[in-house]
Amino acid sequence: MSSQGGWGQSKDFLDLVKSIGEARSKAEEDRIILRELEALRRRIAEPDVPRRRMKEYITRLVYAEMLGHDASFGYIHAVKMTHDNALPLKRTGYLAVTLFLSEDHDLIILIVNTIQKDLRSDNYLVVCAALTAVCKLITEDTIPAVLPLVVDLLAHRKEAVRKKAVMALHRFYQRSPASVTHLLPNFRKTLCDNDPGVMGATLCPLFDLITADANSYKDLLVSFVRILKQVAERNLPKTYDYHQMPAPFILIKLLKILALLGSGDKQASEHIYNVLGDIIRKCEPSSNIYNAVLYECICCISSIYPNAKLLEAAAEATSKFLKSDSHNLKYMGIDTLGRLIKISPDIAEEHQLAVIDCLEDPDDTLKRKTFELLYKMTKSTNVEVIVDHTIDYMININDNHYKTEIASRCVELAEQFAPTNQWFIQTMNKVFEHGGDLVNVRVAHNLMRLIAQGFSEDEEGADSQLRSSAVDSYICILGDPKLPSLFLQVICWVLGEYGTVDGKYSASYIMGKLCDVTEAHLCDDTVKAYAISAIMKICAFEIAAGRKVEILPECQSLIHELSASHSTDLQQRAYELQALLCLDCRTVESVMPLDASCEVLEVDKNLSFLNDFIQESIEKGSSPYIPESERPGMSSVSNFRRQNEASSHMLRFEAYGLPKPSPAHLIPQVSVSTSTSNLVPVTEASYYRESSQASKVPSVTDASSADLGTKLRLDGVQRKWGWPTYSSSGQSSTSSTNGVSHVDGVSAQSRDTLYDSRRQQSEVSAEKQKLAASLFGASSGKTVKRATSTHRATKGNTGNAERMAVSTAINPETSTEKAAPPPDLLDLSDDAAPTSTPTADPFQHLQVLIGATPVDNTVKAVGLESPNLMAFYTDIPSGSRKTTSTIHSAVPSIKKAPLQNDETARRVCVNPTGNNPNLFRDLLG
Amino acid sequence: MIRAVIVMNTQGKPRLLKFYEFQPPEKQQELIRSVFAVLSERPDKVSNFVEADAIFGPGTRLVYKHLATLYFVFVFDNSENELAMLDLIQVFVETLDRCFKNVCELDIVFNFNKMHAILDEIIFGGLVLETSSEQVLKAAEEISRLEKSSSSISFVPKAVTGRFSR
Repeated sequence: MSSQGGWGQSKDFLDLVKSIGEARSKAEEDRIILRELEALRRRIAEPDVPRRRMKEYITRLVYAEMLGHDASFGYIHAVKMTHDNALPLKRTGYLAVTLFLSEDHDLIILIVNTIQKDLRSDNYLVVCAALTAVCKLITEDTIPAVLPLVVDLLAHRKEAVRKKAVMALHRFYQRSPASVTHLLPNFRKTLCDNDPGVMGATLCPLFDLITADANSYKDLLVSFVRILKQVAERNLPKTYDYHQMPAPFILIKLLKILALLGSGDKQASEHIYNVLGDIIRKCEPSSNIYNAVLYECICCISSIYPNAKLLEAAAEATSKFLKSDSHNLKYMGIDTLGRLIKISPDIAEEHQLAVIDCLEDPDDTLKRKTFELLYKMTKSTNVEVIVDHTIDYMININDNHYKTEIASRCVELAEQFAPTNQWFIQTMNKVFEHGGDLVNVRVAHNLMRLIAQGFSEDEEGADSQLRSSAVDSYICILGDPKLPSLFLQVICWVLGEYGTVDGKYSASYIMGKLCDVTEAHLCDDTVKAYAISAIMKICAFEIAAGRKVEILPECQSLIHELSASHSTDLQQRAYELQALLCLDCRTVESVMPLDASCEVLEVDKNLSFLNDFIQESIEKGSSPYIPESERPGMSSVSNFRRQNEASSHMLRFEAYGLPKPSPAHLIPQVSVSTSTSNLVPVTEASYYRESSQASKVPSVTDASSADLGTKLRLDGVQRKWGWPTYSSSGQSSTSSTNGVSHVDGVSAQSRDTLYDSRRQQSEVSAEKQKLAASLFGASSGKTVKRATSTHRATKGNTGNAERMAVSTAINPETSTEKAAPPPDLLDLSDDAAPTSTPTADPFQHLQVLIGATPVDNTVKAVGLESPNLMAFYTDIPSGSRKTTSTIHSAVPSIKKAPLQNDETARRVCVNPTGNNPNLFRDLLG
Repeated sequence: MIRAVIVMNTQGKPRLLKFYEFQPPEKQQELIRSVFAVLSERPDKVSNFVEADAIFGPGTRLVYKHLATLYFVFVFDNSENELAMLDLIQVFVETLDRCFKNVCELDIVFNFNKMHAILDEIIFGGLVLETSSEQVLKAAEEISRLEKSSSSISFVPKAVTGRFSR
């Protein structure tokens, strides 16, 4: 080992490393290390270990810990070693403690004193070692102990120390911003340091500070630009060059900072334009680092106030990335494309085939990035293609974390842009089928709510059609043996609520299906609960409609089984069902009204219905309830506790916290007791209290005819956006050139099918072009989209209006300069609003949108939506949503913020309480 | 911010670990295993970037470089630039190469404390401190020179010197 030099280790250590290297298995390696640790434990405790030997022991401990073994017995020796005067020992000691100790380790307190001493040392290497330890080990509590010393080091003669002191301060800022706020001007000072290394290091804390608050650092913009210029003009020492690039890492950091400072600020951005252009021009397109800088330039360009010339350069660079053979560059290209389409959406069209190639690439990272891009550019015209592709991709993902994310993305897109109800239902089915239990519970609740409330507020026909199509598809799917539990819950709920509504399926058929579900999922109590509730609902609807309910034998046995279940929740449901079967038509109708899941339940938090009962008890002589805070005994206890905490940090003597009665626990107890006593489920009645106008069954013919109207129009749209783009001449010419390059890739992948591929060439490219057209063919679909005044198009418009309002709030210039592209135009087809009133004041524009004054076709459509817009802004208090009409107008607002309205979500799935079974299972064992 | 630097061989054995946020040893091993599982599945000639939010938390990515029998892995969050990180690995490797004259896995195994010293010169508390491999090398050489000179002073245990001075 010629490279041993001054780092010398003994032969023992070399042997150890060698034997580990030669170990055949993990078990053998573990054995060796354990033996070694045993020996070390013995030897390290010997008195008078030579210091050089001790250094080596510590090194071995570090090595053992790296291999995953516990070496904590040696920590104290590492701490002791930091006290040593000899530099190598001290450095080893510091290295070991930084690797061994966590921030809150008890031994840290022993090191602080040493660090203080070492920060004052004359030897700058000692200071550096101490600063390294400071970065890793000093916490919020110990910052004050070293802070003044570190600040003094900012003026140290050695640049290496200054640099590290800056970083240490930055670390303090990260740990606890409050502790160093008074020192922030120091960063401005070190920015002007003579040494470029110190300057470069200062950029790190400044970047963090500017990310947090760009406005207070706007004055530094000019200096940053000047530094950038100097760096780009090679005014730094040659040592900073890297692959013929002047100080690229400093360049990158500066560009990041400029992007933050120039974002949405026209004046600031104008300072940046020139130097950005210079850098792009000057860089020689040869090395990897050049591309890194170029990428950062594009990020900066897309972040600052847009400039046409720079955007052009950025687009050019992006296309260079995308056409490159390197996967790294393609990845970057996809990333920059995602940034650029936010500013000018038509860029994407040029690169459609490159993007589609990336979708089929074997590289998973690239694929993921591409799906992210697609997610960003989804709009109502291409949602079907994108979501279908994403789901196909999702099926093959093994990584659960990522699968969850993709599934929730699909759901989000489907909810936002779904063209038809059928499609939406089918998409959700697919997501549940493949995503399994990874899908968020809220998604299921949302789906139930959507089916219950429907998409549109005024077309009751469309809603019932949505429901029956959901029922149809669920009946089909139920045959599948391995459906995720969550999806089964949705299915049961929907079948219970709407299975028999349209008369297509008989009650006994649905009940049979539900019984099958419980049989197939014997150990899933939640599904069973949903299923039995669904059966109960169907029975109730049948009884209410005056028909005789036939309980199938398997159903009967299910009820029998559940009424003897270990889960009290299931038991209760079974008994409730049995009780319900004995009731007469009138009672059943009020207990289980039809289609009442959307009714607003008023929860009486004051429990005022108990007032009479309380009154009665008090009259009988019970003592009235006194709130906890007003109880005399309690206050003294809490006082005592407070005193105790303040005075000492001794053991706590009070045994356990007093059990606090909570209303959530009380209610189920009450319901259990009453239901067993008089066999009428009281809680159910309170769930469905408001049943005044519940049973409105829309006539089937009416529904289908109303739906046919919208349906037809929608179909027309689907056709139109898909094909014309593909057949348009401009499209096909670009894609044919790109198509060739793609087929090369295919044939390279499968050489043996060379002839085949040649034959398939036209076929494959045609397929791709079709895909491309459906993904990117927004320009031709533009006019078509507007003709359909479905509520979704208008939703897009309102969204756009909002976006405009936001963007104009940031830069008021947007509206006056028509040429400047609005910052966010992802949804190209819906930007009718800016064209109709191009130079209008944006706020006035918004008023037009809200104030229902029809200007032209599109605005009229928006006008219809006006109450929703208002609803979206004013956020109706839940109390005012009692009547059905307000509920309906609130529906779209809920849809836009699908997760905000928890209350409604819980209300919809109120029947089987998922928590209860578990709770009781825990209690009963 | 850079979260971690990992050097491991193609069998998944760690050769250098540096976490800039403390991780207990068991957690470190778990992280290494999952990183290795991801890397070993990736074919050659694909990009060097992997999204790592399943392993290191949301927003994290890792860049790796496969050189001979070693993986050099940098884990970082979205305040860094992937391509630049790739070059930072390059700087690190170049520095090692200069330091050890044609670096190989064995050099790294036997000198892992020197590796730490070099890495500390490049990345400091999770941030890029120095990117010129020449400067890094100069600092590392100075340290080893000083250590050598100070190591010649005395390595006799304190107790022994105490006895002599008596």
